[in-house]
Amino acid sequence: MSTIEAIIRFEAVSKSFGSKRVLQDVSFDIARGSAFCILGRSGTGKSVTLKLMIGLLKPEQGRIFVEDQEITSLQARELPPVRKTMGFLFQNAALFDSLSVGENVAFPLRRHTHKPETEIKDRAREKLAQVGLENEFDKMPADLSGGMRKRAGLARALALDPSILLVDEPSAGLDPITSAEIDRLLLNLKSERDTTLVVVTHNIPSARRVGDEFVVMHEGQFIAHGTAKELDQSEHAVVREFMKSVGGG
Amino acid sequence: MIERIGAFVVAGLAWAGEVGLFGLRALREALRPPFEGKELLRQLYEIGSRSVPLIAVAGFAVGIVMSMHSRSSLERFGAEALIPGVLAISLAKEIAPLVTGLLVSGRVGAGIGAELGGMRVTEQIDALETLAVDSFKYLVVTRVLACMVAQPVLTTFMSFTGLVGGFVAETVISNLSFRLYFDRAFSVMEFVDYIPATLKTTVFGFIIGTVSSYLGYNAEGGAEGVGRASTKSVVFSSILLILANVVLVKMILFLFPDQLR
Repeated sequence: MSTIEAIIRFEAVSKSFGSKRVLQDVSFDIARGSAFCILGRSGTGKSVTLKLMIGLLKPEQGRIFVEDQEITSLQARELPPVRKTMGFLFQNAALFDSLSVGENVAFPLRRHTHKPETEIKDRAREKLAQVGLENEFDKMPADLSGGMRKRAGLARALALDPSILLVDEPSAGLDPITSAEIDRLLLNLKSERDTTLVVVTHNIPSARRVGDEFVVMHEGQFIAHGTAKELDQSEHAVVREFMKSVGGG
Repeated sequence: MIERIGAFVVAGLAWAGEVGLFGLRALREALRPPFEGKELLRQLYEIGSRSVPLIAVAGFAVGIVMSMHSRSSLERFGAEALIPGVLAISLAKEIAPLVTGLLVSGRVGAGIGAELGGMRVTEQIDALETLAVDSFKYLVVTRVLACMVAQPVLTTFMSFTGLVGGFVAETVISNLSFRLYFDRAFSVMEFVDYIPATLKTTVFGFIIGTVSSYLGYNAEGGAEGVGRASTKSVVFSSILLILANVVLVKMILFLFPDQLR
């Protein structure tokens, strides 16, 4: 693993909930501009890993670095500057249901930029247009389908042009066509903006489309790490079985 | 059996301590920038302005009922002229603060518990954090402060609508004029009757805001958890408000002995 261009680094990270150990001594680097896919069955600690990266959870042991800054030593009020460089797409989009779709996307812009209101609205429309939702600006999240909500969540996550995008189960609950659309959007981000993608999924076809580096989690540890081709040839039965699967989400 | 009761009491005290610390954190964070002025105004509208119709109707009805009860007691002694004064003092000192507190804990407490609980279980609170927003300041501090500010204003409004209700009941029976009614009501009232009793409702607001925010902010367990947070918000804030009232009334009587007259 190269550490020279690492944008995110985990060093011997462990995390438990009560007596249940979810991550056990996990270490890895994510290279800048790469698409890093975390694969594994449900409940193996994939989403926990993602939440640790953005400081929503704190590990009991180990250190986590984002852009060379150790976030595990930061106080809660010191985290916002780091978080502004990251976007997070939640599994269920987590749109604010009291705000319209456009207001959801404008929310981070209002909070963290000093742009005039017209510019903020234009920018929010532009972000919604990027995900094909330019006509849904005034709709409420409850009026959108699952796929549209996810795209709106993506637009909000991208509002501040983050250099890192964390994506939790992009294809969960979506039909294969919508899932492929989301994957295309993610790939565009990577190629056009050099955004680093960290994608948690158990949908292998989707992961193959998006990812260029993969890890497989099993019982709180990484049991495989490499390209899709390397994982296809893994000697670990769980990894081989996982990579053979054709659906998910 | 005794062990069980002891464990229950200890758990209750631990919970109360946790809620107390949560409330104190809200007060401490309220003094620390950045200040969430816009969200505070929005909460003042939600908690304060939108409670006005409920408080107005309830105050009016309470005023009518109290006037009828006072008349049935006082006319035995030929003291009907005291009805406006009795009404004004009892509304200002106790009825309006307590009834407003209980009504707000029902409407607002349930609302805050359900709203924050819903946000917690659908990861909207986590989403706020990922957008580099301090969710505690944005959601909790604003609601606690809005409850503390709105409560005395709503209490004053209930006292007023209660007096108007009392006037309507009185004028139907005795044809009392508006001016004479309010002259008699305010002739016996002093600021010491109104100020401490109304200010104590700031504490009621703190209790309602803190308890319901605590339960919503820490909700877990999906839709069922949201329902639990909402119900518990009403139950616990109402009980705590009634218990706190006992202590606050004792404190007011100690600090303002004129109230004993």
